[in-house]
Amino acid sequence: MNTFSQGGIHLEKYKVTADIPSKEAGLPEFVSIPVKQHIGTPAKILVKKGDKVKVGTLLADADGIVSADVHSSVSGEVVKVEETEGASGYFENMITIKVEGDEVEPEIDLSSDICSNIPENPQEIIEKIRKAGIVGMGGAGYPTPIKDTLPEGKKIDILIVNGIECEPWLTSDGRLMIEKAEEIVIGAKILNKLFGIQNAIIAIDENKPQAIEIINKITRRYVGVNVRVCKTKYPQGGEKQLIEAITGREVPSGKLPMDAGCLVQNVGTVFAVYEAVMKNKPLYERYVTVSGDMCKTPQTFKVRIGTPIRFLIEQCGGFDNNIAQVVLGGPMMGNSIIHMDAPITKISSGVLLLSNEISHRPEAMDCIRCSKCVDSCPMGLRPYLIGIYTRNHMLDELKDIHAQDCIECGCCAYICPSRIPLLDFCKLAKIELRNKKG
Amino acid sequence: MLKVSTAPHMFTPQDTKSIMRDVVLALLPAACVGVFNFGLNALIVIISSVASCVMWEYLTVRYLFKKNSTINDFSAIITGLLLAFNLPATIPVWMILVGSFMAIVVGKMAFGGLGKNIFNPALVGRVFLFISFPVQMTMWMKPNWKDFLNTEIQTGATTLGILKHIDASSSATSLTYGNSDLSNIPDYWHMFIGYTGGCIGEVSALALLLGGIYLLHKRVITWHIPFYYLSSVFLITSVMWLITHDIKYDPLTHLLSGGLMLGAIFMATDYATTPMTQKGKIIFALGCGILTVIIRLYSAYPEGVSFAILIMNAFAPLIDKFYYTRVYGTRKK
Repeated sequence: MNTFSQGGIHLEKYKVTADIPSKEAGLPEFVSIPVKQHIGTPAKILVKKGDKVKVGTLLADADGIVSADVHSSVSGEVVKVEETEGASGYFENMITIKVEGDEVEPEIDLSSDICSNIPENPQEIIEKIRKAGIVGMGGAGYPTPIKDTLPEGKKIDILIVNGIECEPWLTSDGRLMIEKAEEIVIGAKILNKLFGIQNAIIAIDENKPQAIEIINKITRRYVGVNVRVCKTKYPQGGEKQLIEAITGREVPSGKLPMDAGCLVQNVGTVFAVYEAVMKNKPLYERYVTVSGDMCKTPQTFKVRIGTPIRFLIEQCGGFDNNIAQVVLGGPMMGNSIIHMDAPITKISSGVLLLSNEISHRPEAMDCIRCSKCVDSCPMGLRPYLIGIYTRNHMLDELKDIHAQDCIECGCCAYICPSRIPLLDFCKLAKIELRNKKG
Repeated sequence: MLKVSTAPHMFTPQDTKSIMRDVVLALLPAACVGVFNFGLNALIVIISSVASCVMWEYLTVRYLFKKNSTINDFSAIITGLLLAFNLPATIPVWMILVGSFMAIVVGKMAFGGLGKNIFNPALVGRVFLFISFPVQMTMWMKPNWKDFLNTEIQTGATTLGILKHIDASSSATSLTYGNSDLSNIPDYWHMFIGYTGGCIGEVSALALLLGGIYLLHKRVITWHIPFYYLSSVFLITSVMWLITHDIKYDPLTHLLSGGLMLGAIFMATDYATTPMTQKGKIIFALGCGILTVIIRLYSAYPEGVSFAILIMNAFAPLIDKFYYTRVYGTRKK
């Protein structure tokens, strides 16, 4: 079974929604769509208060190369274009739309027919991906068109479709693979065509037998797309870990996956590519799992971007006093949030309602040098040392031990029996190193 | 009221306290065998060692560091148990007080407390007593499972003492090891279950192995250090035994007797005093194994585990400096 060679931890799975079919979340009264849901520059706003928009109308235009278009996910009237409080309490530019009906831009094909006649011209494909505002949906939110345009001289020979969902509770990618299997396979074919390769591998972790079976059956009909089953281990879905598991190669320190001849795309992104290229449908909805140990009726939803988080929680049994934390994303890498009217974005894979028993972090004690952080680090780093050096601002030493290579998976902080916030130290180390360089 | 914190938002149930509790539990079988063997005396030594270690820790933290007491992290209890395991059952209580002072105050607190000490505290205490009071530290009781109040001193010596005596037949050692001859060496089965003379906690390989399996199962320790330590001792003595056929190299006797099991499973795996990476741990364990054999066979002491581990403890920071994990993405082409 494919897996990465060092570190990693085994987590409780809690995948209670794995076998529950996804549901449409429905339309809320208002949606607020942030103009920056990606890494890079915020998109330039094209609409103003009072404008009528439809589902799929372009709201904001990509500003420069590292940016992404933003489309309306509902039809209705723009009521507010201003700085609004986001999920973590920071203010960001959002376009708020009052929902009226559900009218769709005419060129979007909403039928569920499978289209498999892929455009021949790579230029046409990349243009459609750009126009759909697609970003990496696994969590990083890196604009997909840049990832898909290789610089002069670079070549990739393998496309890895990341169907690993190693975070507990989350099942949005898992459901997507079961419900949209053929679309994902065609999406992989589209990317194959774009790079002129015949080697796409859909990586799925072994705890998703249903998805493995369905996609395996379909890939038999499509040349150049294969399934590879990976061991259930955290962080198997990390880009670098997945590349090592599938190809045995390593992304050189400080370089990109393409330097190892690989491109990794999340299944959600690949599905969005399919919809953009074959159906002219921009990225305005996504799968979101609402779960957690305090969630009364966990469910995976198909959600319009901009839907308030509160709207989803209410459909799953609502709030209750025992909820200690609401986390956007997975429990290992997600952000805990305070503002429930904040919207679901292109990169929100889940909303988790957690109890105090799960999420409580006791006061840190002294390091007992148990070396569990070293054993669990999938990057081969020494988190305890990063902690010590960061506390003492020893930047040169931090650089020597490759602190900047941390992928922020959180294994060290999870495993530390003294509950030392090692991940916080690693993040701080990376910031300090970046500031020093700049 | 919602809380906000940085990731991760879930943690392993294992914490410092549960680790220490698991170690205490893992030490219990060996403690039971000790009390079975040596009766009331052993119980007194164990209780007074644990109590005095906890007392020294409390006094140092409370009145020297002027901080909140750290005795509830169980670590002083472990040191107390391990110290008692390394003492003969007949040792007077006042010596235990001195030994536990050396262990906790000098061996641990002087370096800053839990996790910061360089040397294994229990071994510091034991070696101090061993050098200061060699007579009392090598008075071995005969095991007796029937009589709880038994206080009979064994005329012979420990297995390793006998082996040593065969080698260095003259003066100094004979004082300690009395009339020993080969017929006093217990058979393998008795050594395995622990029906033999020796320190309270080191006699039963079986009980110590049970504790080790429990620690492995609870993921408190990894298999590396015990495996490499034990197998290096076994291999070196095997080679020598095959060449010479001399009983003093008998590999099984070396494996089952003395403090080797206790050292390999519980002392050499001490978190604070061993290297941080798997590679480093393997080197550490091999070093312990080699030193143990050298001291046992070629020094004046019959037993080498304590010294071997203490010496390697001193090398642990150096090992950490030169042997560490390879960072992903730094493979040389």
